[in-house]
Amino acid sequence: MSTDVVLLTLLVVLPFAGSIVAAFLPTNARNAEAWLAGGVALAILAIAAYFFRPIARGEIPRVEFEWLPQLGLNFILRLDGFAWSFVGLVSAIGLLVILYARYYMSPDDPVPRFFSFLLGFMGAMLGIVVSGNLIQIVFFWELTSLYSFLLISYWHQNQSARDGARITLTVTAAGGLCLLAGMMFLGQIAGSYDLDVVLRSGASVTAHSLYLPTLLLIAAGVLTKSAQFPFHFWLPRAMAAPTPVSAYLHSAAMVKAGVFLLARLWPAMAGHDYWFWVFVPLGAATLLIGAFLALFQQDLKGLLAYSTISHLGLITLLLGLGSPLAAVAAIFHIMNHATFKASLFMAAGIIDHEAGTRDIRRLGGLFRAMPITAVLAMVAASAMAGVPLLNGFLSKEMFFAETVESHVASALDDALPFIATLAGMFSVAYSLRLIHQVFFGPEATDLPRVPHDPVLWMLLPIAFLVLTCILVGIVPQATVGAFLNIAVRAVLGDATPYYSLAVWHGFTPALWMSLLALAGGTTLYAVMLRYLSGDVEGAPILRRLKGQRIFERAIAIASWRGAKSLVQSLSSTRLQPQLVLLLCVTILAAVWPLYKGGIDIHVPKLHEIDTTFLLVWIVGCVCALGAAQQAKFHRLAAVILMGGAGLSTCVTFAWASAPDLAMTQLLVEIVTTVLLLLGLRWLPKRREETSRPANLFIRARRFRDLAIAFIGGAGLASLSYAVMTRPQTFTIATNFLEKAYTEGGGRNVVNVILVDFRGFDTLGEIAVLGIVAITVYALLRRFRPARDSVAVPEQKQFQDHFDAEHDALSKDTISAHYMIVPGLIMRLLFPVVSMMAVFLFMRGHDLPGGGFVAGLTFAIAFILQYIAGGARWVEARLTVLPVRWIGFGLLAAGGTGVGAAFFGKPFLTSSFQYVDIPVLGRLPMASALLFDLGVFALVLGATVLMLIALAHQSIRVSRASSKAVQPAEGAV
Amino acid sequence: MELVISITIGVLAGSGIWLLLRPRTFQVIIGLSLLSYAVNLFIFGMGRLRVGAPPVLDSSVPGTLAHYADPLPQALVLTAIVISFAMTALFLVVLLAARGLSGSDHVDSVERSQ
Repeated sequence: MSTDVVLLTLLVVLPFAGSIVAAFLPTNARNAEAWLAGGVALAILAIAAYFFRPIARGEIPRVEFEWLPQLGLNFILRLDGFAWSFVGLVSAIGLLVILYARYYMSPDDPVPRFFSFLLGFMGAMLGIVVSGNLIQIVFFWELTSLYSFLLISYWHQNQSARDGARITLTVTAAGGLCLLAGMMFLGQIAGSYDLDVVLRSGASVTAHSLYLPTLLLIAAGVLTKSAQFPFHFWLPRAMAAPTPVSAYLHSAAMVKAGVFLLARLWPAMAGHDYWFWVFVPLGAATLLIGAFLALFQQDLKGLLAYSTISHLGLITLLLGLGSPLAAVAAIFHIMNHATFKASLFMAAGIIDHEAGTRDIRRLGGLFRAMPITAVLAMVAASAMAGVPLLNGFLSKEMFFAETVESHVASALDDALPFIATLAGMFSVAYSLRLIHQVFFGPEATDLPRVPHDPVLWMLLPIAFLVLTCILVGIVPQATVGAFLNIAVRAVLGDATPYYSLAVWHGFTPALWMSLLALAGGTTLYAVMLRYLSGDVEGAPILRRLKGQRIFERAIAIASWRGAKSLVQSLSSTRLQPQLVLLLCVTILAAVWPLYKGGIDIHVPKLHEIDTTFLLVWIVGCVCALGAAQQAKFHRLAAVILMGGAGLSTCVTFAWASAPDLAMTQLLVEIVTTVLLLLGLRWLPKRREETSRPANLFIRARRFRDLAIAFIGGAGLASLSYAVMTRPQTFTIATNFLEKAYTEGGGRNVVNVILVDFRGFDTLGEIAVLGIVAITVYALLRRFRPARDSVAVPEQKQFQDHFDAEHDALSKDTISAHYMIVPGLIMRLLFPVVSMMAVFLFMRGHDLPGGGFVAGLTFAIAFILQYIAGGARWVEARLTVLPVRWIGFGLLAAGGTGVGAAFFGKPFLTSSFQYVDIPVLGRLPMASALLFDLGVFALVLGATVLMLIALAHQSIRVSRASSKAVQPAEGAV
Repeated sequence: MELVISITIGVLAGSGIWLLLRPRTFQVIIGLSLLSYAVNLFIFGMGRLRVGAPPVLDSSVPGTLAHYADPLPQALVLTAIVISFAMTALFLVVLLAARGLSGSDHVDSVERSQ
């Protein structure tokens, strides 16, 4: 049994493995690619041959791997007779197509991509065929859609190839989604996704109340894949693919996946009236429309594409009939159609290749130039037309015989023989047209190339297929009988009817219908000859009604206009309405659970209020309200008032046992103020007195905003009051407090949390900080600031005036004298503040301080120098490389984390021990200290980078304005 | 103390929200800063307010919440303070760039006739 398991698995794995190998071969390795792909196809054929005997005995080789056992899903491969016949079909035609493609593809084409996709497709197709699990079928099904997309768009420089690929993918993948839903319904109805179980539970499926939706969803998948009306339009568009792809995917393999699935699920789902009413009308419509349109195509491949659509319609119709004999005919026709249509596509490819055009009107009299191709194509076309002694005749006769039988009593059922004969006539007519107009008639003179027969190796695949057509047509039982038998038995089981694969059945109605179709078709072609040779593109009547155009219109409306109007009606590009919405939703989201669950707020005890603290916050609140009120007209005042609120916050932190926070807040307050002051000069002037009086609308809006602000503030206030007056229950804080010293080696728990317990968070946060700093830097590099809004101050004007009069002093010396006393103090402070930063850093693990605070302190030391001396003065004396500081910080912090791996510990595990250092004494040296060093360097680098980048804009502006003829003064 | 801080959080948040809804970019920046004060205090308050119990371990006192303030919200707020500075800087630069490009300091870069 183990050989079976290996071989069965190889059946699916081998093509995908080959696909990966093929992708990595050199671009011009046509031979190596063809040998590889051919070898894979041959190996699969050999595996299929190996399995023939056991399957003919009635065994079903099966492999099961656990996939998602929790959901009862297993990866199942099963090879019954029907699957076997498809494996044979896919690999045999695959082999021939690969041989053909070796000579078809030009040396300029990147063949690795082609053969890689082709093998991948083969694997996906084999996956559908041998899957024993419904979900797995859908998986491979979608995979074939993807490979089809990639193969159609192989010549992606071609607009029609891209469009064709996109339309194909949209239609077939959308169908695939429906199929997934349908398969889930089916699996739920049957109680299992295992195909064997599903196939056994036919009676319960058809009786189930969800049968109709299941059927419709699965039908959507099947009909799109097999290009059935009304989804047929993608197949002609897919003809932009290289011809080997058309021969393989779009006649023999992929489009057959739809009808394969239909036959596969036939035992489980057929036999209901709905089944008949979904598939028979659509199959019949496809049969007729496809045959009718095929006659009027001027493109050789277009004719074959519509003919394929028509034949697939025939197969769908047969399977839809629901009778076992019809199913036999359908399976037989699947095989026959694959042989003659693949060979015709290859012949069309040769003609295109040799003559340089596929336009039937331009071709003519090619028999003389390429006799072998002509004979082969003529035999194949005759098989397509249903000429006796060829395989097409046999399955078509079975089809005719089946239409005469009665199935579901209705007018449609009665009309089927007429529809079938009519479609047969068109089929004969277009086959005749293909033969006559391409190979006979006046010899074409204006062809782009001089046509002749191609190399023998290119003809070989066609010859093989055509020979099959003939042999099957003459001695069906001896050639295809055994294969058809196992396929039919696998689908129908005990319901397999008696059928005879003979050429001669006597003068049956079916024979008369065949003869009538042949005669009628010939007459039809003779009548239409003049019309067809004309310049008219497309079929009469239906020319204007193009499914594809309707589809494109629908897509445009849905994806472009619909989306646009939806966006216009539902959203806004304006910030304020968005923020209003955001705030309202947030407030609602906070209020709703409180409303549902209730909230009880303790009565405040007013006597507990500390007066000093109250005073601090009266100032804080006034500052906040003042900032809110002043931010529009007095920006400087707003910045100062905001700083007041910040300081109150800082005092609160210090008051309420958070020294680390208090320090950080204070330092951040300083750098934020510097930052905002640097930015102020580029904001436009705005004077209170110049603004117009507010009208009613603005008043209403302000009132609304005020209400939102009030509700938001009051809500947050009551929420925080309610929480803060509640006793604290269990938190993980206890854990941190207990382990900070024993496991983290630090007494300052906040710092230990930052650099040790939650080090990964901190790493993420400093990374964000670094990214923001570099973004600010990058934005400012390309930044063209608005003109200065602030006029040159009076003192400076005076000074400039003075300088102009007394040439003795140049401008540079003046700026050196500027703020000379505070400048000196600040310069002297540099080592002091730096030392302070080092101190804060070193003690951070045990006492308030740490990387964040130290980094900010050091940054302030630098900024003080910039304020005192100006950017040029500082940079002439100090090399400040903030970007490197950021890089070093990230490396140090990340490296500390990675370093743990060398000791076999998880990322960011820290260790510590006490080290004696001269002068400083015995200090705990934790690896977290190195991490904190990273934090320190990054915070320093990021802060300095942001502020310096902004400060440099002033230099740039003054440089720019000094170049200008007239210096800019004041805002616009 | 809880009452004072709660009211303060409310005032800061209300001022912040009001400014957030204003049309000028500078107002929005100040508003975001005020709002981040409120939110930081709010998160800090979730660990309850304690006076004179900083989470710096003393070997003579056992490490429990009875003796020390909750260090976790403090650690969260500490990074939040630094990040909010970075956010202010980024918005300020975006503001300046928008003003440089469009000439307007309206949040939508387009002056609307009101």
